[in-house]
Amino acid sequence: MKGIILSRKIKNKLNATWMTIWTVFIFFIPLLLTAGLILKSSILLKDHSFFNLVTSSIWKPLSGEFGFLPFIISSLLVTVLALLIAGPVCLLSAIHLTQYANRYILQIMQPVIDILAGLPSVIYGVWGIIIIVPFISEKIAPLFGIQTSGYTIISGALVLSVMIIPFILNILLDIFNAIPKELQEASLSLGASQWYTIKFVLIKKAFPGVVSAMGLGLSRAFGETIAVLMVVGNVASIPKGIFQPGYPLPALIANNYGEMLSIPLYDSALMLAALFLLILVIAFNLISRLLIIRYEKRFA
Amino acid sequence: METLSVSKKVIPITNYQIPKKIQIENLNLKIGKKHILKDISVSVPKNKITVILGPSGCGKTTLLKSMNRLTDMYPDMEVTGKICIDDEDILHSGTDVTNIRKRMGLLSQRPYPLPMSIYKNIAYGLKISGRRKKRFLEKRIRHYLIQASLWDEVKDRLREPASSLSIGQQQRLCLARGLAVDPDIILADEPTSALDPISSQEIEKKFLELKNGYTIVMVTHVLRQAARIADYVIFMYLGEVIEQGPAYEFFNNPKTEITRAYLRGSIN
Repeated sequence: MKGIILSRKIKNKLNATWMTIWTVFIFFIPLLLTAGLILKSSILLKDHSFFNLVTSSIWKPLSGEFGFLPFIISSLLVTVLALLIAGPVCLLSAIHLTQYANRYILQIMQPVIDILAGLPSVIYGVWGIIIIVPFISEKIAPLFGIQTSGYTIISGALVLSVMIIPFILNILLDIFNAIPKELQEASLSLGASQWYTIKFVLIKKAFPGVVSAMGLGLSRAFGETIAVLMVVGNVASIPKGIFQPGYPLPALIANNYGEMLSIPLYDSALMLAALFLLILVIAFNLISRLLIIRYEKRFA
Repeated sequence: METLSVSKKVIPITNYQIPKKIQIENLNLKIGKKHILKDISVSVPKNKITVILGPSGCGKTTLLKSMNRLTDMYPDMEVTGKICIDDEDILHSGTDVTNIRKRMGLLSQRPYPLPMSIYKNIAYGLKISGRRKKRFLEKRIRHYLIQASLWDEVKDRLREPASSLSIGQQQRLCLARGLAVDPDIILADEPTSALDPISSQEIEKKFLELKNGYTIVMVTHVLRQAARIADYVIFMYLGEVIEQGPAYEFFNNPKTEITRAYLRGSIN
């Protein structure tokens, strides 16, 4: 009897220890990643000032000039545009699916959303080249009197927005479904119409969740590489409009990692690009966190 | 057999000639093949507390919610029959459903304050009715908070989120919020089930005060609570109304075997 209890105690202890170890391991992954990136990129930062690297737009790796501004701006433009397109679409369809639509429509839509979410990004890229790029160059750009190949910021943003829609939509569906029916009943019983209830109660209640869904979508869009790279043009100069080509940070890394060891400091510069990516994603996360905390202090 | 004392004046059933506020006739409610409410015909007397009693899952809440057509929220519910309020059939009337709902305040099992400040929770219904003047709103909000015995506790923190209140306070806020749309009926779905005994007592006391001006319909499965405050009882079992009548009659002279079994505590 004593033996059994002892062995149980040991098993318990052992299992608990393993779980702790893996949790700690997961906690350290981002730290390890960041440390590696900082270590590698610090070589470039030794003889280039950080400020210069961020504000310069001259990119000539062969002569040792690394200006990251075009890439940072391209990245921001493409992702923010993508979110501006995808965000409202997701919000409206999430409200429709959870509040107005028949149960069966959601049952049909759920697998559609899941398939969209699971498609490999290269498919989105090819689709972008076949459909979006000519559409922009032949139909949309001429409307504004602009001539372009179609490989532009807006093409990247469009492809990206389609890619993040299932991702954001899934989170939003969960959020709206988690709001208790009774809260709606309370509002309706006070004489509010359904639309009034959605506008002043549901969206308000869902607001923190909506912000974090958008934040997650933004982070995801930010890191998306291959599909964007295929349609965005990849020209290393600051885009002067959405019908100009751009060159986002992930595309820069993916296009050049092959030759990074043959040019001095190039590897360090690409690591710095990766570090920028990481910092911006963390910044997005922090901002949406802060928004939620501020909101919850006021209402929740 | 356990006896429940009812400290009310005996109302002989024959003299029970109080005007009816709500009259339900042959109400049937189905979800697909499931028959939730079976041929319900009940009447609710005006300015009294009517308690809907019954074991869980017998359709009490559904019956209550069909009275202000919250059943509309669930498109797969199929409702037939007649629900008359002051002789107007609300199930088939052409009037806007929001107007019907405004005549009834609703208290649910747990308080669900709207995600806004205490002040705005009560202003919400008033604003829907088009009252927007600040002076008017402030006066009314004070009035309803006093009526729900909450004013003294919250008068200095009206701008704080409603969720910062205790559960008992939240339930009284929900009561004030419901009263603010100036209803003549209060629908309450086990309003004390999430509350501590003292907060429950306050709600019960409030109901006894309010019944002079309002018709109150309350769902509960707490027999003692029903015995304490009911004037009239509707007893349901498996989607059917088994017995209805004055509370005194119901508790002291139950007519069916099911009721007797329920009062003994052998159904639940």
